[in-house]
Amino acid sequence: MGLLSKKDAKLITDPLADNNPITIQVLGICSALAITAELKASIVMSISVLFVLGVGNVVISLMRNIIPSKIRIIVQLIVVAALVIIVDQVLKAFAYELSKTLSVFVGLIITNCIIMGRFEAFALGNGPWRSFLDGIGNALGYAVILIIVGFFRELLGSGTLLGFKVLGDPIEKTGLYAIGYENNGFMLLSPMALIVVGIIIWVQRSRNTALIED
Amino acid sequence: MSNKTDSNLYTILFAIGMVLVVGALLAFTASSLRPMIDANKKIEKQQNILYAMGVNENDETSVTFISTDKVEGEFGKYIKKQLVIEGDKVSEDAKAYLIDVKKQQALAKEGKTRKLPLFVGEKEGKAFYIAPIRGKGLWDAIWGYIAMDKNMVVQGVFFDHKGETPGLGANIKQRFFMDDFTGEDLMSNGQFKGIAVSKSNADPKNEDKTDNEVDAIAGATITGDGVSAMIKSELKLYVPYFKTLK
Repeated sequence: MGLLSKKDAKLITDPLADNNPITIQVLGICSALAITAELKASIVMSISVLFVLGVGNVVISLMRNIIPSKIRIIVQLIVVAALVIIVDQVLKAFAYELSKTLSVFVGLIITNCIIMGRFEAFALGNGPWRSFLDGIGNALGYAVILIIVGFFRELLGSGTLLGFKVLGDPIEKTGLYAIGYENNGFMLLSPMALIVVGIIIWVQRSRNTALIED
Repeated sequence: MSNKTDSNLYTILFAIGMVLVVGALLAFTASSLRPMIDANKKIEKQQNILYAMGVNENDETSVTFISTDKVEGEFGKYIKKQLVIEGDKVSEDAKAYLIDVKKQQALAKEGKTRKLPLFVGEKEGKAFYIAPIRGKGLWDAIWGYIAMDKNMVVQGVFFDHKGETPGLGANIKQRFFMDDFTGEDLMSNGQFKGIAVSKSNADPKNEDKTDNEVDAIAGATITGDGVSAMIKSELKLYVPYFKTLK
């Protein structure tokens, strides 16, 4: 990466694996459970968080020297809430269809602990450019897990991917269903997302034992 | 952190300043965008009503409304009458589609007479009676429009929601769910029965149109129950009017 120094590049690559916000920092679990029943919802949520975390981290970083430490959490909350609401209002006025798709996610973004977590852990102590990279990196790390979980839940739960019937039609009994395969309705429920995340954590830690904490 | 930002005075002043700036920013955004948002909502209502009576640009699986630049004209063309039912009184009102169902429900709760909007549409010589409904899902409001013929057999529906779970309850606005309602009878042996979203009707292709049931969505029980409940409680109010059509 010629564009970024080695140290800066690590800000992007670390959260993708060895410092992943979901599997290692255990942030953002709630939304990983809530909206991963479908791959499409996972992708939309990932893009939204990418945007909010990137911009939010820069804003907090610019304000880091003037934010009173006693009320810093409230200030962070106000920044992210204001940001999300303004974007939501602008979309409602200029891209109504898009805003309808995203409106469900607005509340989930504001309360996403990855956002507050990165503001608190990184943006408060680093410059805007590095904070921006950290935001993008963590959002991508979040996206990777969301998309993996969404992929398996939609495939095994509904037999579709992005709405396409990749395994055949369960009602007409075509494709895999012709030989007796059934969708696992259990995959659509939140507990199964936790189990999928658990499996990812297991695989990750068994491949890199340095990640195991005593 | 430096000492300057630790003092109580600074903290209070910062808090006040921040509230003023953010408050002004939000108020400015909201009020300057309000007219555009309202216009979009109006268009959306017209699109929803037309969608229920089958005036849309759907392909095989998509939910596609008639485009926003055409909707005003199409609404005038297909919707012949907009009625407001108040008790026994029925009147015409060209702005009936703007009646806020939520407010009317609140009025009914206070014991006042509620205004019930009903849109009479005509397409290819066939009459459609379209009623708005509104209820509660799992997280927030759900609502919709039901198009019926004069015998209260469903001709098409549109559902929407404010915040149901994506991938589960949010699927009430998908074709595979909405299309199941078409052809279902709201009446059973001359009595109003509604249509229940059922987990146990053993009819996933929904071939039986007289069972007053459609197949539920897996993992969306409470949203589905909300759909059944709003159909039952809201459309029941229209039964006396439909009786006068016979």
